[in-house]
Amino acid sequence: MERGLEARALFRPRAGGQIVVHVIFVLICFLCVYPLLLVLGISFSDETSIAIHGFSLIPPKTSNDAYRFVLRESNALVRAYLITIVVTVVGTLVATLTVALYAYPLSRKDFKYRRFFAFVAFFTMLFSGGLVPWYMVCVNVLKLRNNIWALILPYTMNAWYVLIMRTFYKTNVPDSIIESAKMDGAGEYTIFFRIIIHLAKPGIATIALFNTIVYWNDWWLPLMLVNDPAWFNLQYLMYRVQVNIQYLSSMAGSLSGVSADILRRLPSRTAQMAMCILSIGPIIFAYPFFQRYFVKGITIGSLKE
Amino acid sequence: MMLPGTLALLLFSYLPMAGIIIAFKDINYTKGILGSDWIGFKNFEFFLKTPDAWRITRNTILYNTAFIALGTTVAVLVAVALDGLRTKKLSRFYQGVMFLPYFFSWIVISGLVFALLSTDLGFFNRVLFPALGLSPINWYVEPAYWPFIIVFVNLWKYTGYGSVVYLAAITGIDPNCFEAASLDGANRFQTVRHIMIPLISPVLIIQVMLLIGRIFYSEFGLFFQVPQNMGPLYPTTDVIDTYVYRTLVNAGDIGMSAAAGLYQSAVGFVIVLGSNLIVRKLDPEKSLF
Repeated sequence: MERGLEARALFRPRAGGQIVVHVIFVLICFLCVYPLLLVLGISFSDETSIAIHGFSLIPPKTSNDAYRFVLRESNALVRAYLITIVVTVVGTLVATLTVALYAYPLSRKDFKYRRFFAFVAFFTMLFSGGLVPWYMVCVNVLKLRNNIWALILPYTMNAWYVLIMRTFYKTNVPDSIIESAKMDGAGEYTIFFRIIIHLAKPGIATIALFNTIVYWNDWWLPLMLVNDPAWFNLQYLMYRVQVNIQYLSSMAGSLSGVSADILRRLPSRTAQMAMCILSIGPIIFAYPFFQRYFVKGITIGSLKE
Repeated sequence: MMLPGTLALLLFSYLPMAGIIIAFKDINYTKGILGSDWIGFKNFEFFLKTPDAWRITRNTILYNTAFIALGTTVAVLVAVALDGLRTKKLSRFYQGVMFLPYFFSWIVISGLVFALLSTDLGFFNRVLFPALGLSPINWYVEPAYWPFIIVFVNLWKYTGYGSVVYLAAITGIDPNCFEAASLDGANRFQTVRHIMIPLISPVLIIQVMLLIGRIFYSEFGLFFQVPQNMGPLYPTTDVIDTYVYRTLVNAGDIGMSAAAGLYQSAVGFVIVLGSNLIVRKLDPEKSLF
């Protein structure tokens, strides 16, 4: 083993090669963050100076008009932010608990129907009814339209997370613990909420993080199920703003004089970029804390069983 | 314990499966779904006769093929390179930065792409191209550039994610294999070729199989948000998912949209079963199910 590790280290490129690889990675990382920095630069630019110089990394003339505009002059953004936060918190709790509860019995060898229920979940990954029937069920049967549940419930189950979670229970929860808890007369729910949940914490944290990202970044559910601005979430509001700017700038050509001038002075493009920054801000701040959980979750997810 | 999950699966996955009958009906709101007239395969006939059917099928499959081939190759290369770094701290840092785009929503990415490609304000047309002496391009009207843009954006978003998977697989290789290779006098490239790649192939094959299983599906956000749903770009950006959405929401053609959706599910299902069957014949260990 020792000598194996040594051979492993030896196998890595030497000084010259190391530098080449580092240079390549620095370039790739630059490509990854450059668009983000560009958008950050635009968001702090003055709208009129942008019309002259175009979008650039370093603002030709700095201004925080865009942020003032989106944060102060539009209640819509504050409301959308609140909706996103509520949906993310409630959704993550509901979805994670649902997945954790569904996956646990699948990991127990003494559960007779585990194959059947695993198949019921897995099959949804292979076949679906398509968009139209899904939409009809949501809107006509479940009345998920223009309300908070429309933004939460459709994402509560995810077969992929169930499979990850099942693998996690199988590898991290020893049968003997369940056996001995049963001997002590503990019921299934007591065992789950008192013991299993603690043993499976890293797995549950991973699924919770996946769900957090799903809910935070969602714009698909409002696109399909919401048309009342009162229920727009952050991402969907950004989408609507982008569509409106597109529409307005197509109109601008046909407008003249004062109205065209007003249109030009609205911090619309910088405001759009400021919203982008505001929506990814929390993710970037939280990122260092959850990076390792993500890596763990993906690694488990890439294995069969 | 399983009640909430089972209920969610029934409501959001299985009940819509029963709804595939919509594709075989002439939906009339006053009669309701069950009361509407059966029209057999008429909706499918209409759909398959449109020039769109071929276009969206071709686009979906070609894009996915490019994503699978290029995405996997780049992710594996990045993982091998990350593993080759001697400073673990920097390796983790690069990994973290490359992973970042994975967390951005398609709306945000659409904004980032727009900052680069906007015709009158974008970084390319206003800063980069003048500096290189190139004339500006009307990106959002010219479909010819979009296959490259879409493939690049997809690579940009998912390379970090993919490389994590393969790096984990490489890290899991028994170090003694490397010792054996060095004893046999294998050089670096031979070791990658004959030790690393074969030993991560179980993970590699599963990942590729999962992608092949989804070859008839595309990520709606990538094809809808990034090209900003621009009509002139449809020839190269329209895929089955965007078509199904547009036919339902913009055109309000329920029957046609349902037919296109079922076409996607059914063919997708056959592809998943078929590819799994082939892999199982070759090596039962590596099949998905």
